Amino acid sequence: MTAAQRINIGLSRVPAWPLYILGVIPPAWFLYQGLTGGLGAEPIKALEHKLGEFALQVLIVVLAVTPLRTWTGINLTKFRRALGLLTFFYVFLHLLVWLVLDVQILSQIWADIIKRPYITIGMVGFILMIPLAMTSNNRSLRKLGPKTWKRLHQLTYVTAILGAVHFVMLSKGFQIEPLVYLGIVIALVATRIKLPVRRAVA
Amino acid sequence: MAGRYKSDLKWSDVTPKGDYMNRRQLMAGAGALALGSIAGPAMASLGAKKTSYGRGLELNSFEDITSYNNFYEFGTGKDDPARNARGLTTDPWSIQVDGLVDRPGNYDLGDLTKGITLEERIYRFRCVEAWSMVVPWVGFELADLLARVGVQPSAKYVAFETLVRPEEMVGQRRPTLDWPYREGLTISEAMHPLTIMATGLYDEPMPNQNGAPIRLVVPWKYGFKSIKSIVRITLADKRPPISWQMANGREYGFFSNVNPTVDHPRWSQATERRIGGGLFAKRVPTLMFNGYEKEVAGLYAGMDLTVNF
Repeated sequence: MTAAQRINIGLSRVPAWPLYILGVIPPAWFLYQGLTGGLGAEPIKALEHKLGEFALQVLIVVLAVTPLRTWTGINLTKFRRALGLLTFFYVFLHLLVWLVLDVQILSQIWADIIKRPYITIGMVGFILMIPLAMTSNNRSLRKLGPKTWKRLHQLTYVTAILGAVHFVMLSKGFQIEPLVYLGIVIALVATRIKLPVRRAVA
Repeated sequence: MAGRYKSDLKWSDVTPKGDYMNRRQLMAGAGALALGSIAGPAMASLGAKKTSYGRGLELNSFEDITSYNNFYEFGTGKDDPARNARGLTTDPWSIQVDGLVDRPGNYDLGDLTKGITLEERIYRFRCVEAWSMVVPWVGFELADLLARVGVQPSAKYVAFETLVRPEEMVGQRRPTLDWPYREGLTISEAMHPLTIMATGLYDEPMPNQNGAPIRLVVPWKYGFKSIKSIVRITLADKRPPISWQMANGREYGFFSNVNPTVDHPRWSQATERRIGGGLFAKRVPTLMFNGYEKEVAGLYAGMDLTVNF
């Protein structure tokens, strides 16, 4: 038995549902830090950035599931739905902090979404996640059929790229960290690109 | 020329010194426990001249001012400078003065500022990122320093450069900006009584993360104009390049006066958030020229501020 098979057998005994509970801990911890001075002199931006960055990190894990299975045989697929929904939850909180704590002013929120390209891109990324979150359940999978469902969920690639671009666009000066995130996301999405396969001519 | 400017922010309205000194002592105690010693010597009072002030705002705490900094030479995170600037050597320190001056040279900081009267200047500080503080700077007017070196009549601009020392300034090991950090003012801006060279804050020597040992403070401009840890001052007849304009000329202009009606391309400048208000701090309107319109608007008479941003 290979190491990957042993890992998969071990993982088969681990349920996915505790992720939904564990996943609440990081944002709760960030919020606690923000309320108690742990995020520094300006906790609003710090909380916003922490949530956004964490969402991107979890999304990268989601994108890594398939290549990990292809290359190492380790199968984390059963955790992917929970991680995907958590990503949506974190992005939603990130947006909420931006709306309620950061910008605060309704007219300015709308102006920002339209006028500021990095915010427009972030918003589009979030909106594209809504149908994914809504169909992340077995009923939708059955209703849509695996083919349609899979096509729909390929929007994840677009969302991930938009999220990473959003991060690159909001940084000042030449900063390496957001570019590293963008590079990782592009590399993971690139693993999905199938080289043209020769098909039998009808 | 100490005392030319009367601030509308006043000492009696701000955090009582006893309060923040108590906090400092607590911090010093905690620091001593944690690190073994260092906090003591930094508490030396500069004995800056107190000036009479009018109606005022509330000062930010020493902790806020020294823990939330943009000083990319030490990293891009707001808490990076406080962590990474400890090892900066600020003594000896010399400043090269060159260009259109009568007495150019490489001056020791002590010689250049010998006998100069330090005064307290409580200023609003507005970052281009739409946050703000109120800081009790200690310093002297840039005009005093320029008078010492003798500005030639043909000089139209003053250019400044920050130290480049990647061994001590870890952020300079990355090309975040084209080092050295560069800034500049017109000669009339430089000579304005509000424009100071600051060597301390809260009556203590300038903390490293705030631009030790000497920095510029131009309170009606966005914070990045107030260049830190200055090692070169050049008088010129042509407008000098400045770092943020070099990095992104669409977003940052030479003047960079605080102006609520001219947005940064990526965010509005109409409002700002005062540091220190916690997680539920409300935004407040940004004031034209950061509240110094009365004093400085004349410098820009007839100028289109949306073009010369």
